[in-house]
Amino acid sequence: MSKQIELAGIAVVHACSIVPISRTVGANRIVATIAIPHPFGDPTKSPEEEKKLRKELVQKTLKALATPIDQQRVF
Amino acid sequence: MASQYRVVYSLNQFFAGLGGEDKAYQPPQLLEGPRGPGLLLEKLFPHMEVAATLVVGDNYLAEKTETALQEILALLSPSLTAEGADKIHFLLAGPAFNAGRYGIACGAICQAVQERFSIPALTAMYPRNPAVAVYRKDVLIARAGKDVMAMKEAVQRMALLAIKQFNGEELFPDRHNYIPHGRRKNYFAEKTGATRACDMLLLKLGGQAFNTEYLMPVFDRVQPAPPIHDMARARLALVTSGGIVPRGNPDRIEAASASRFGIYSLKGLLRFSSETHQTAHGGYDPTFANADPNRILPLDAVRELESEGAFASLHDFYYATVGNGTSVANAEEYGREIAKLLLADGVQAVILTST
Repeated sequence: MSKQIELAGIAVVHACSIVPISRTVGANRIVATIAIPHPFGDPTKSPEEEKKLRKELVQKTLKALATPIDQQRVF
Repeated sequence: MASQYRVVYSLNQFFAGLGGEDKAYQPPQLLEGPRGPGLLLEKLFPHMEVAATLVVGDNYLAEKTETALQEILALLSPSLTAEGADKIHFLLAGPAFNAGRYGIACGAICQAVQERFSIPALTAMYPRNPAVAVYRKDVLIARAGKDVMAMKEAVQRMALLAIKQFNGEELFPDRHNYIPHGRRKNYFAEKTGATRACDMLLLKLGGQAFNTEYLMPVFDRVQPAPPIHDMARARLALVTSGGIVPRGNPDRIEAASASRFGIYSLKGLLRFSSETHQTAHGGYDPTFANADPNRILPLDAVRELESEGAFASLHDFYYATVGNGTSVANAEEYGREIAKLLLADGVQAVILTST
């Protein structure tokens, strides 16, 4: 999905927990997330801490979208 | 006629006739004699005998690969170490066609078995099965068609390859219908390289077909899109393969091998909650996602950043499918359709989340 969206000229960041799969599939901008059942969360943390963590991770994806790359990169 | 080759045949719950998704958590089990494709094998090759059938549920293997493989090796050990009349000559698995989970299972079992017991262990898959990229270097994978319609041909190819491998014959991908390991092999050719190159050149100049001896690797890669220069003016969209859907899963997106994606409104929605949304994904424990779907698709944080001006605006819809055993071809098609909708709305950037 990531590649087809990118082929249309739209910048994509793939935020995922299993980075090797993302690499094999050929995503270009990759952000590693927290865990398979909760990539953007951590149930062991308090709701406030969890939300903060999630926001930071989204900020990281926005930063990846704004970064020039000429080949696959894990942010 | 006494059988010349004794085989252990590995199948998933479906092909072994145990059941469908309801039996996908079936732990490894060794059954006596052939099942499903094993029966076909014996019919096609009367000098082969399926001594036993190994059955493992697709989910059981995909979710607990290491444990499952240890259990399988322990289960197979008595038969695969037997000598004399009970000796097993090779293991066959599949064909897995284009099934991702089954492909991973066949690849993993073959790899583990040949490593532990030093006997040939082969499978057959459709060349675009995602498991091919993972196992082709180590496992002999016969080329199979997309689906079960190609069963006979795939079983035939796999069995012929197994006999050749068992007898130590030299194998070549084109001639013997298997997926190249990606290794170079030395052999004695009748003509020198110079002569062969000239022959090819003459064919090429004559506009005739020729076969290169050195295939250029095909990198299925896409040029990275240019970065967003001014994020504060960019329109953003959210896409997920993590299966976040409105409660009740109105489009009935499948928990595995999704045949569709859903388009869902984000208008006026500041965050997902357990009352409004859930996951449809069958490949991970849904507890955390169902309690707070923002953990899969972080809408709450995205909305906050939107109100802070980190980007200009959010596209009014999000797109969701389940990336659990979904074929590459389907995923590509969803990507193309989603891209069209995004372009029409002037979206420049996408966050795609996966579990």
